[in-house]
Amino acid sequence: MGAMKDFVKSLFLTELLKGMTVTGRYFFARKITVQYPEEKTPQGFRFRGLHALRRYPNGEERCISCKLCEAVCPAMAITIEGAAREDGSRRTTRYDIDLTKCIFCGFCEEACPVDAIVETRVFEYHGEKRGDLYYTKQMLLANGDRYEAQIAADRALDAKYR
Amino acid sequence: MEAQVLQFIQPLAGPLWGWVEPVWPLLWTLLKIVAILAPVVAAVAYLPYFERKVIAYMHVRIGPNRVGPFGLLQPIADALKLMFKEVIVPTKASKALYILGPIMGLAPALIAWAVIPFDTGLVLANIDAGVLYLLAISSIGVYGIIISGWASNSKYAFIGAMRATAQMVSYEISMGMALIVVLMVSNSLNLSAIVMAQGKGTFANMGLGLLSWNWLPLLPMFMVYLISGVAETNRAPFDVVEGESEIVAGHMIEYSGMAFALFFLAEYANMILISAMVSIFFLGGWLSPVGFLPDSVWWLIAKISVILFLFLWFRATFPRYRYDQIMRLGWKVFLPLCFLWIVVVGVWMMSPLNIWK
Amino acid sequence: MEFKTFVFYLLATIMVLAALRVITARNPVHAALSLVLAFFNAAGIWLLLHAEFLAIALIMIYVGAVMVLFLFVVMMLDINIDRLRQGFWHYLPVGGLVGLLMVGEMSVVLGGNYFGLESIAPPDIPGGFSNTKMLGRLLFTDYVYPFELASIVLLVGIIAAVMLTLRSRKDTKAMHPSDQLKVQRKDRIRIVSMPVEKKEGGE
Repeated sequence: MGAMKDFVKSLFLTELLKGMTVTGRYFFARKITVQYPEEKTPQGFRFRGLHALRRYPNGEERCISCKLCEAVCPAMAITIEGAAREDGSRRTTRYDIDLTKCIFCGFCEEACPVDAIVETRVFEYHGEKRGDLYYTKQMLLANGDRYEAQIAADRALDAKYR
Repeated sequence: MEAQVLQFIQPLAGPLWGWVEPVWPLLWTLLKIVAILAPVVAAVAYLPYFERKVIAYMHVRIGPNRVGPFGLLQPIADALKLMFKEVIVPTKASKALYILGPIMGLAPALIAWAVIPFDTGLVLANIDAGVLYLLAISSIGVYGIIISGWASNSKYAFIGAMRATAQMVSYEISMGMALIVVLMVSNSLNLSAIVMAQGKGTFANMGLGLLSWNWLPLLPMFMVYLISGVAETNRAPFDVVEGESEIVAGHMIEYSGMAFALFFLAEYANMILISAMVSIFFLGGWLSPVGFLPDSVWWLIAKISVILFLFLWFRATFPRYRYDQIMRLGWKVFLPLCFLWIVVVGVWMMSPLNIWK
Repeated sequence: MEFKTFVFYLLATIMVLAALRVITARNPVHAALSLVLAFFNAAGIWLLLHAEFLAIALIMIYVGAVMVLFLFVVMMLDINIDRLRQGFWHYLPVGGLVGLLMVGEMSVVLGGNYFGLESIAPPDIPGGFSNTKMLGRLLFTDYVYPFELASIVLLVGIIAAVMLTLRSRKDTKAMHPSDQLKVQRKDRIRIVSMPVEKKEGGE
């Protein structure tokens, strides 16, 4: 009897028709596509986008060239060279992030003891040549200056979880 | 219709008519070919757009909507892009065959339209062996794939071509067998006669043509033909030929630009052709489903569209078959079913219950 | 020159050239494809003779099936053409003899008028005459026994071929799709209801 039932089932393509009803139903379902340039999905305050180097409110750069981020970076996208400044403090002479290598894991951010390297919410950036996505210290500091208000607000929101 | 056109053209040509007259039959045939192929090619261009839309809708997406209103200019943008791309011939490819491959793929799909009737008497070549012609032409279609697969000098292309050939040759047999049953009940090889034969019978006299078409009495053959048609065009769920996950695009892998586009056009032209054939053999061609509406070519177009929608629906629904299961379905399921049904219909026709007199 | 004659000569020329390519092409695949071209032109010539059934059958069977399988084999084999050409002079006398014999026979057949053989006038073809229908009618009335006999011979051939290749080895783990398709969910998974387990020794 079971064999007979199977035979009838496969003869009348029951299971295929069931599958087609499912897709047929979704044909009329409300579409959930987000029309990107006009509409955007909400972002969390931990969003990991373009990198930035921050400064203290008095204008002093935060990074102390400890190279923890360079060490932790799984994609080896960060290159740091450090030296002593005239006042004797240790500072970076070179801080480069190759964004074509970066995988936006956020480890650099986590590793940083002074909250110097952060990832901002910016994800709409582009380069027209390959070299354009090689961010140097100046560019990263400029990013930090530009988005400082947003970065600080996001850090404040995240503070109680850290 | 020719007389009306002549009436219009003769005064227009004026004294030049003397020059035109000797070649007029040729010119008239060419005009008819253009009149058939222009809508077909336009449909082929827009079918990928509708495919993307339909599948997107079934995936709860929107589909192309950026180029032009509702994305309607998308096919034109795609065509422009493909036309301006370079056609790269691989090293050590057999150059002449490499170019010939895509052409051989597209040509049969267009040639076959010569015998497709659109309305009573509205057919380019009303030949008696129309079904045989269709079978012959569709068996040539495999050459485009096998030639391009071999000429590409690539193992992926070759494996794809081998798969395609074996699959198409196998499913051609079950398609042909399904057609034999249709021929038996309609008693003709002429496509127009096959359509007309479907408009007779008890239900047709009651004004319910829908129920007198071949699909109902020959339901198993209708299913076999439809599914074999999907396999014959190498469409999902039978698209192991492309198999993007293992052989990346089968025979098309080495092609670029317009040569690649030709394969695409061939696939969609074949889809439309198979849909037209299903409509003619099983769904009563241009006949109207209900008695009070007149028969017209629009019915044929509507039926073709419905079958095409089914093709797209299948693609959105089913996962790809495994290759040995495709072969099993063709040889061990469809072929015996066809043989059985030939006998069943033969007995039916000889019995007093015969409904095809 | 009549248009039909022109078409005939065109098809015949292409056919002869294609046939020549079949035996001169260095690449076996090219040779096989030339043979396909020759078949096409032969079909065209048959169409000119109002033998549309033969023409279409030629394309359907030879071009659509036989040559595809031929190409299949030829493409997968790595044929060393130079090895095949060895011993050309050795085989030439036999091959030449067969060729001469065929030329002689063909010239007798084609030159029937010249040799005084009774030439058969082509029958008048009435309008609406269907070659296919006539063939079918003849096959299933006058020649039904030879036809059925031939089909039985073919059927025996098919069964023999299937039997020769059909063997089930015991050591393979190949799966049968029909068995796989029969599998239902209840054959593979079992849903049991269990009481909630208590952790031993508290937290």
